Amino acid sequence: MWQEYLFPSSVEEALAMLAEREGRARLVAGGTDLIIQLTEGRWAADCLVDITRIPELGKIMLKDGMIAVGANVTHRQASESPLIRERATVLAQACHAVGSLQIRNVGTLGGNVVNAMPAADGTTALLALEAEAEIADGAGRKWVPLPDLFAGPGVSRVDSTREMLAAFRFQALSQGQESALERIARRRALALPILICAVVVTLNEAGQAFESARIALGPVAPVPFRASQAEESLRGAPIRLETMARAGEIAMRESHPRSSLLRASKEYRQEVIKVLVRRGLERAVQMAQKPGF
Amino acid sequence: MYPLTMTLNGESVTVEVEPFELLVDVLRDRLGLTGTKIGCNEGECGACTVIMDGQAVLSCLLPAMKAHGREVVTIEGLGHGDELHPLQQAFIEKGAVQCGYCTPGMIMSAKALLDENPQPSAEQIEEAIAGNLCRCTGYLQIIEAVEAAIESRSMEA
Repeated sequence: MWQEYLFPSSVEEALAMLAEREGRARLVAGGTDLIIQLTEGRWAADCLVDITRIPELGKIMLKDGMIAVGANVTHRQASESPLIRERATVLAQACHAVGSLQIRNVGTLGGNVVNAMPAADGTTALLALEAEAEIADGAGRKWVPLPDLFAGPGVSRVDSTREMLAAFRFQALSQGQESALERIARRRALALPILICAVVVTLNEAGQAFESARIALGPVAPVPFRASQAEESLRGAPIRLETMARAGEIAMRESHPRSSLLRASKEYRQEVIKVLVRRGLERAVQMAQKPGF
Repeated sequence: MYPLTMTLNGESVTVEVEPFELLVDVLRDRLGLTGTKIGCNEGECGACTVIMDGQAVLSCLLPAMKAHGREVVTIEGLGHGDELHPLQQAFIEKGAVQCGYCTPGMIMSAKALLDENPQPSAEQIEEAIAGNLCRCTGYLQIIEAVEAAIESRSMEA
């Protein structure tokens, strides 16, 4: 159990605290996952460095068409942010689907990604938004594509004993673009998804064809997953039920859902992938075609 | 040991805590406020819900140090002496309490909602208590009780 609990007031101070303790200190944000994992002994830490009082990490901003979201933004804040609701709808929807209100009040988007679960709601939405993450360490800061952060189920490439995920950034959706989340779980609250699907579509100017589409799925692989072949099948494709249903078929074939007692059989989940991808595309298209964005 | 200072139920409190202690344990074992319950101890049941800086949070997942400098309200902070808070009164009147174990957490979730939104819809009430499990009442009486508390408050106003 950790014998020290620290509150740095800046990113640099937090990194210095980690460096000083040479791997024996670990960052904590909301702690809704980490505290359980520490209690279960999955990680060992002599010191927790609590980053929730670093003001820089709590911001949501729009700049030059990019939305930047600080790692400490909670699921509640993300789901209620007017900017995210309008210009990154799928992220607001995903954050709203997480846990219970008590969890959403405390759990952060940064934590959701660093926890590296292939079923993570916020992560799946960020993947569809093609987000990048800002990683800070002793050498400085750099932006890294989100998929590069995942090493396996529950294993992040972000080493919280020496570096920090500080922020996310992604293009705000604009004219002709829309996003949607489809999710199926045992119950509506406090349940991990049996499947989650986040889509972002870009329609051509006439609104008659897909310019492009992005489809993120979870949990269908060891890490958060983009259905790239399904996405490719939609490039330039006319907006018709058949093209969207076909994308669902392709997404099903390229993903690898497993049978699990928690999440139902592989066969059932494969059928559900087809349906969720088609529905997500349909819903995003409907919204994108609505006049007066 | 760390000195933890917080505003607890309206009063400034300083208590020595271990860095690894969770808020629920400090409330119950060091401060004797046993109204806050431990159910699952892993963030699934809501029995440990308290209000921190106006928001419902799970005290079983919260390192106690996170409350340092914050304002915390527990079930003991509701009502005055023998006089019950409108939510407590309504829970009794509407049969929203059976075994009672989930009740403090349920009431704290409802209070956090009403503090923020004095006139919530039934759907908003459902969402606010979705993280609080009750194995006795079937929830309907709880929602009725929250609605009754809203009613009694608006009649006072």
